[in-house]
Amino acid sequence: MSQVEIIQRGIRRRYVVEGMFRACGLSALICGVVFLAFLLITTFVKGYTALQQTYIGLDITPMEEDFDGAVTEETLRRADYGALIKRSLREAFPDVTRRKEKKTLYRLVSSGAQHELRQKLVQNPGLVGQTTTFWVLADDEVDMYMKGNVNVSIPEKKRRFKDHAIELTKRLVQQDRIQLRFNTPFFSRGDSREPEQAGIKGAAMGSLFAILVTMLLSFPVGIAAAIYLQEFAKTNRFTDFIEVNINNLAAVPSIIFGLLGLAIFINLFGLPRSIPLVGGMVLALMTLPTIIISSRAALAAVPPSIREAALGIGASPVQTVLHHVLPLAMPGMMTGAIIGLAQAMGETAPLLMIGMVAFIVDIPGSPLDPGTALPVQIYLWADSPERAFVERTSAAIIILLLFLSLVNGLIVVLRKKFEKRW
Amino acid sequence: MQGLIKSKTQTNYFTMLENDNNMPPTLDDSLNSPDFRTLGEVTVPRPIMKTKNVNVFYGEKQAIYNASLDIGKNEVLAMIGPSGCGKSTFLRCLNRMNDTIDICRIEGEITLEGEDIYGRNMDVVLLRARVGMVFQKPNPFPKSIYDNVAYGINLHGLTNSKSETDDVVEDALKRAGLWAEVSDRLNQPGTGLSGGQQQRLCIARAIAISPEVILMDEPCSALDPIATAKIEELIDELSQMYSICIVTHSMQQAARVSQRTAYFHLGKLIEVGSTDLIFTNPGHRLTEGYITGRFG
Repeated sequence: MSQVEIIQRGIRRRYVVEGMFRACGLSALICGVVFLAFLLITTFVKGYTALQQTYIGLDITPMEEDFDGAVTEETLRRADYGALIKRSLREAFPDVTRRKEKKTLYRLVSSGAQHELRQKLVQNPGLVGQTTTFWVLADDEVDMYMKGNVNVSIPEKKRRFKDHAIELTKRLVQQDRIQLRFNTPFFSRGDSREPEQAGIKGAAMGSLFAILVTMLLSFPVGIAAAIYLQEFAKTNRFTDFIEVNINNLAAVPSIIFGLLGLAIFINLFGLPRSIPLVGGMVLALMTLPTIIISSRAALAAVPPSIREAALGIGASPVQTVLHHVLPLAMPGMMTGAIIGLAQAMGETAPLLMIGMVAFIVDIPGSPLDPGTALPVQIYLWADSPERAFVERTSAAIIILLLFLSLVNGLIVVLRKKFEKRW
Repeated sequence: MQGLIKSKTQTNYFTMLENDNNMPPTLDDSLNSPDFRTLGEVTVPRPIMKTKNVNVFYGEKQAIYNASLDIGKNEVLAMIGPSGCGKSTFLRCLNRMNDTIDICRIEGEITLEGEDIYGRNMDVVLLRARVGMVFQKPNPFPKSIYDNVAYGINLHGLTNSKSETDDVVEDALKRAGLWAEVSDRLNQPGTGLSGGQQQRLCIARAIAISPEVILMDEPCSALDPIATAKIEELIDELSQMYSICIVTHSMQQAARVSQRTAYFHLGKLIEVGSTDLIFTNPGHRLTEGYITGRFG
């Protein structure tokens, strides 16, 4: 056999191996894309319905008697709006007389409806004495039925939304008293036990404050530590020890950082539980190793010739770093920061430890108000039994993803800006 | 011999020292004898820098043995020798660039106009402003041509106004023979120039702060013959104002540009003398071997 023949025989095998390798890579890629698409599509399909919410139109006629005979601010606040809504419902369905049926009827409207009604009347007392159509929140069961999420073929006994309620809802539809409207409460409210009243704003604000604290703490500290370790620290046992520890910290499970936060920030420093400030501090600790490691890599990638050039012309080491090395390393540092922040934003476990998992209705107005975070909210809602929380969970996931892309986009823009300077 | 900044690159440097393929066939035993002396005249009548009994160590490894050498005013001193002979290390001692290497230790005395540059009163920033350096690989800052030259001026606050800075930048670029080529694109990045232009930009950057001595570490090794010729011409002109110390691998270059030549071998300064003499009538066997091309 000549040498050419030997090589030719080998070539065929090489092509087979190469083809297999490429096929493996491509199939892995396709697999990943399919799973990602599946995840995004199912989340979106389940979640987009949460953008709408069912409202029931009620003709309500508040009379002076309802306000103890005199309409004052005091009586407007104190009045029994639940009774007003019930009266209006009875008027709309005069044939519903039995006690049990009436109960079903009253339950069609959300328990939060009376608060809405109170707000509207306090703002506009002139409505007393006349009949107005108020659109109030429907109960989550009605909402689910309207969105087609109630399986009517299941026997009534196994269903939460009973036949009578379905009949009443159908009649409301016939009377044009039911509408699907844009779900503003979802974006403007805090958490609630009632799905129709539960909103994402509380968690979003909590996340925002926590991330702001994380950014403010971990960027400067991480970048300063990286610069010191990479550019100024002498290589000795102590710095080696620190380096090993930073690398190890990057691999520590996040819940351990939560425990650390609980022990130090809450128990030792006496900071309150559940506040985004503590959450941000814990997340900052968690992201520091990531930021330090990637920043050091970015600094190490700056060619030594630039440092020599600056030193050779008489720049001090600090000037060399600030004028030349840091601007060149900035884009790489930003990448590390993106990874760190994205990690921090999706983190749930450490927040559980410091109490950000509590049921908090109020929307935090500062990092010092109790709050929760988006991933924790998702966890809480996913844990709730009501069918209506499913779409809200998915919607919250969509919002978390949007939030993430927004912050990442911002950093990418910043990064581009830094790059342009050169 | 670039990249000595961080300890990680030092291993390369050591292997370079140890695996030197350019070892002469036989080592002169007299090199290792305690009374080894550099051949030729190490002192000059009008020195700007003087070095006396300089020893340099990288950790345990000694890179320079007892080197004493003067650099005269307005002279071009060439340092030649095989790879790893310590000539670059010696050059970098002259403006304390070796300070950046943690494990580097320097003994002996180096003076600039009579001041000990390793002395307590010597500020390293001031020293490097007085002893400029041009590196092997052109290393302009990733900034505009103008900013490259103006950086040192602004860093040391040498001018009071923008127009004054403009003048100094123009003057430096003219003296570096680059003005005609770049005057219309001063705001474009210095990294966009050709290799030879970049190196001249680095020279302009160095002379913009009017140093007394310019150290050049194989400035032409990355350049083509035409660019090299331009730089050599430039060195000739610059020697009227500055004292220049140049490390080179090219013996022809040393012969062309320098007035004095020093030959290093395995960390020892073997021979110093006027360039004419070294290249026509070398005193030491090793010098002769190197310049006649038997090794190196």
